[in-house]
Amino acid sequence: MSGLLVEHTLGLAQLQDRGRFGVRHIGVTQGGALDWVAAHWANHLLGNSPDCAVMEIPLGGLTLRCEQDSTLAITGADLAATLDGIPVYAWQSFAVQRGQQLTFNPPLSGVRGYLAAPGGFAAPQVLGSRSTVGREKLGGFGGEGQPLRPGDRLEFAGDVRPLVRVPEALLPDYSRPAVLELLPGSRLAGFSGRSLFDAFNRPWQVDPRADRMGVRLRGPVLRYQGASLVSEGIPLGAIQVPPDGQPIILLNDRQTIGGYPCIGTLTPESVARLAQCPVGAYLTFRAIGVEQAQRQHLELLNQFGAPLMPYRVEHLSFR
Amino acid sequence: MNYRLETVGLDVLLLRLFEKIEEANIPWLLGAATHLRREFGTCLIDLVPSYTTLMLHYNMEQLDERAARQRVHRAMQDLQPQEAQGEGSRHELPVWYDPSVGPDLPRIATLKGISETAVIQAHCSRDYRVFALGFAPGFGYLGLLDAELAAPRLNTPRKRVPAGSVGIAEQQTAIYPLVSPGGWNLLGRTATRLFDPDRDGYSLLQPGDSVRFVPIDRGEFIRQGGDDTPVKADA
Repeated sequence: MSGLLVEHTLGLAQLQDRGRFGVRHIGVTQGGALDWVAAHWANHLLGNSPDCAVMEIPLGGLTLRCEQDSTLAITGADLAATLDGIPVYAWQSFAVQRGQQLTFNPPLSGVRGYLAAPGGFAAPQVLGSRSTVGREKLGGFGGEGQPLRPGDRLEFAGDVRPLVRVPEALLPDYSRPAVLELLPGSRLAGFSGRSLFDAFNRPWQVDPRADRMGVRLRGPVLRYQGASLVSEGIPLGAIQVPPDGQPIILLNDRQTIGGYPCIGTLTPESVARLAQCPVGAYLTFRAIGVEQAQRQHLELLNQFGAPLMPYRVEHLSFR
Repeated sequence: MNYRLETVGLDVLLLRLFEKIEEANIPWLLGAATHLRREFGTCLIDLVPSYTTLMLHYNMEQLDERAARQRVHRAMQDLQPQEAQGEGSRHELPVWYDPSVGPDLPRIATLKGISETAVIQAHCSRDYRVFALGFAPGFGYLGLLDAELAAPRLNTPRKRVPAGSVGIAEQQTAIYPLVSPGGWNLLGRTATRLFDPDRDGYSLLQPGDSVRFVPIDRGEFIRQGGDDTPVKADA
């Protein structure tokens, strides 16, 4: 086993995999890498399964010491990473040598960087996943929901891998304004006409209240005039409108059920894009039908070449 | 059985079976869940029951939306109500009701114009059903509470509700499995562990289960391993 030693962290970097599935009926959230596209690429560059745990690094501020010669890969936000002070290219695998220091800095574009290691970072499988959910005290390094801390020694299978890169044409540009695609919800008719016009034609700004549970948006006030609702399951990317009329887009660590009306649900690709929108960024919504959205999604998955593994579903029987 | 099927995500369908919250919904939701699991098999990623709905997350690499809808329609044919079955679907939960661990007990008694003992008796007087789990791992929304006990949530939620706290809000009651923020009116505390990653099924409560609360004294609560640290007034 070889490893990476955490020397310095802002306290936000944590391990994530695809997420925790088959346990939402007992109130356990989905978890998983917010920008799953970037996390997939990081794993893919090293020939890892998409279920391997990667490091999610929001806002940089992380220093790691390599304790073994190895190959790593960085994707996602541009965190101006350096190896012993020399810039490392993202979106391609790169060699590291024992003793070198890998540093992540505040983002030049995007929000969250992803670091993968050969075979994935070792951590206990908790309810079928290594994803860190602090609020639930589940997963991550140590298995009890902790983010990475100085002194943590991350282990992985550790062999050297060939150096490969993501094709230029497939690289995302997080500095462009985000246009997020949403599947309109059944409660749309409960919103005023003015609100519907605003929702799809006005820019929305990312509020500082944004974390792995959800992202609040600032913009025109949306008025819901329908009856109050009974709590129901909340899908990833649901755009809830609480009584203050400012939408909240629910992300991987959301609560499993809730009762606010939704204007719709983002596609998973748009959820990944939103995860790279910094506080203050502007975004717009565009409606899409489910057939087209599913087609696009399969095309996106095809970029990774091999079919994805089936989901690891933990415990789907009630009793 | 009438139902509506809504697309609520790229790979998520919502099956809407009822409009109102009623205990009579539960056997139908359990029956539908069993059929859906059978019909979807390994294409099912998650199935989330709530008071009137089932949310179904399927694997769209194996199944497109049209095929998923067809499977739901097949699953809903010949639907029969089903009761929660098997070992452990009915729970007796011992609770130490006391103002030190249930700081809202006196206020609820005053609000309702009855004694604290009467509040405890009313809370223990019926079997509750698990309508849904959510908010936190193993947090069951139990109901329905005696309408006489119904009280709104706290205006300002507590920042730190201890694990095992038993609370009421509107016509529901619940136990906090982990320490967390919370706005329910706290009446007491149980030493029973609601969520355990090492237990089969992880959560003591599963959708559709029945729960009855049993009052115990402080001595018994401690013997059962309970933590009697009072809820902090400023928590």
